[in-house]
Amino acid sequence: MSSPSDPRVAPPRGVIHDIGYRPYAGPRLGEGQVAFSLFLTGLRNCFGLGRSGKSKVLPLLLLVLMVLPALILVAVMVQLKMDQQLLPYARYAMVTQLLVSVFVAAQAPALISRDLRFRTITLYLARPLRRSTYVLVRLASLTAAVFILLVAPLLVLLLGGLLADLSVWGQVRGFLEATAAVLVLAAVLACLSALVSAVTTKRGIAVAAVIVVLLVSYTVVSAIQGISVDQGNDTLGQAVGLFCPFTLIDGLQHWVFNAPPSTPAPPEGTGIGVVFLIVTVLVLAGSVTAMLLRYRKAVSV
Amino acid sequence: MAAIETGGLTKAYPRVTALDGLTVTIGDGVTGLVGANGAGKSTLIKILLGLLPATSGEARVLGYDVAAQGAQIRALVGYMPEHDCLPADVSASDFVVHMAQMSGLPHTAARERAADVLRHVGLAEERYRVMGGYSTGMKQRAKLAQALVHDPRLVLLDEPTNGLDPAARDDMLELVRRIGHDFGISVLVTSHLLGELERISDHVVVLDGGRMLRSSATSEFTQSTGLLLVEVFGNRADHDRMGQALVDAGLAARPHGDLIEVEAADPAVHDVIRDLACDLELGLVRMQQHHRRIEDVFKEGEAGSVQPV
Ligand SMILES: Nc1ncnc2c1ncn2[C@@H]1O[C@H](COP(=O)(O)OP(=O)(O)OP(=O)(O)O)[C@@H](O)[C@H]1O
Ligand SMILES: [Mg+2]
Repeated sequence: MSSPSDPRVAPPRGVIHDIGYRPYAGPRLGEGQVAFSLFLTGLRNCFGLGRSGKSKVLPLLLLVLMVLPALILVAVMVQLKMDQQLLPYARYAMVTQLLVSVFVAAQAPALISRDLRFRTITLYLARPLRRSTYVLVRLASLTAAVFILLVAPLLVLLLGGLLADLSVWGQVRGFLEATAAVLVLAAVLACLSALVSAVTTKRGIAVAAVIVVLLVSYTVVSAIQGISVDQGNDTLGQAVGLFCPFTLIDGLQHWVFNAPPSTPAPPEGTGIGVVFLIVTVLVLAGSVTAMLLRYRKAVSV
Repeated sequence: MAAIETGGLTKAYPRVTALDGLTVTIGDGVTGLVGANGAGKSTLIKILLGLLPATSGEARVLGYDVAAQGAQIRALVGYMPEHDCLPADVSASDFVVHMAQMSGLPHTAARERAADVLRHVGLAEERYRVMGGYSTGMKQRAKLAQALVHDPRLVLLDEPTNGLDPAARDDMLELVRRIGHDFGISVLVTSHLLGELERISDHVVVLDGGRMLRSSATSEFTQSTGLLLVEVFGNRADHDRMGQALVDAGLAARPHGDLIEVEAADPAVHDVIRDLACDLELGLVRMQQHHRRIEDVFKEGEAGSVQPV
């Protein structure tokens, strides 16, 4: 199947053209493996890998900034020969929430809006992968990226704790509980920010919208919590924690693991605890469903 | 088995019927799909890929039903959309590798195929640059590369010459011709320009307002007309003298631009023309078969809405 050179047609300028076409006879992978490949590429893209040089700067800088305080905390703990972590595992995500928010606000549009804005989505949909698989894989990549960002400093704390000869079981338990919590937090942040990014295809608007959703919701929630604690209105203070992803998951892990809370009004008691759990599940299920619907509508891509 | 078969295919949007009972069979080789803006070309392609559901009717691509077996079709078909679809911050090389993997090629094979295909479409050094800085011509080549990278059996190319300058257009058309004839991949290529497609297509399908106007082999469009075109050396007056002499000799002759068109059912007419030119002491510049072109066929009123080149 080689191409005979045709003297009547000049080859395109500056192009070597007399190479024969070679058909591909090798294996073709199934949907699972294709999905995994998409997952990995998406995850790498979230840290700027496989993209232009300047897309690497922000995510890698944020990763460094996330880990740095953990290194310092561990160093101080070891130096002072303390018998417990300076900052509990469960509180690290809340303390670094600004960094996490910036990461999510920058990377969710980069991963989600990008395919819609450049209309690359058409090329994905013109391939065997199902629409829903594409959506779920994108969510998984973003969740994994946020999870890596959140879990990396916890690993540093764990290593430090073990090096400092703190109780192994206590350290591992604190680490595992916090890891479970940040996994749920990563999923909530990823799904919400992905949904915002999928609705507003303009990248700048998507970045701003995610920032607003995360930071403004936290500011409002913590302000109301402060006031209601002052006024002794516990129910309001606890309930309002439902309205920000960070306080939601902080409350959830306090209720489930009895982890040290980062808010003045964590949920106390089974009733409100169950509400936190239900709201978390609803937020996840709702945003995934909304994402699937959003992409079902984008039919005439 | 036909590459593409549709039966009574209809796509009705709330306000327009984009496809109206289209029944057509498309075989191997290069098929041109011609139609004016809004004729339904892109709609047909999206339905064939299973991206868009048809309102009624049926379609099979490579033997698979578009409604039920979209995934099988999309594994075997390559698609080049008419619109931009390339992310700006990735290199063509990385992007085409990724798209090969999305079609199920393992990583190593994807890299090899991407390198091959990018060479075939003529993206050389620039394939390592991010695509945001590409010219329209380079973008079209990158779009074509991702449509070919998984070695499809059929490619659907939606206006690949869109936005290209004449030289780049010729390169692209030659590439499309090679895909169909040398690579052994069936091609359905759309354009609103008839003249472009007659050069590279084996078969032309003309759509108008969602309906099929004509489907025939390109050779049928461009068959010899039994007409000769004659040009003599000299000015306008010399031309007129020659024309008059031809008419006087009992031939059906008429001006055709700067040339003279002569009906020549009989090869002996060649000799008559030569002798007449000799008698009038006029130099004969050329005498050639006058092939009708597709656009002439349509000028005859079959498709007023289809624009010739
Ligand atoms: N999503 C849509 N909603 C409503 N009408 C649509 C939609 N997509 C296409 N149409 C209409 O369907 C008709 C056919 O459109 P289509 O894009 O298939 O034409 P085309 O032959 O590809 O034209 P062009 O040469 O401009 O690309 C047009 O009248 C168009 O306006
Ligand atoms: Mg079109």
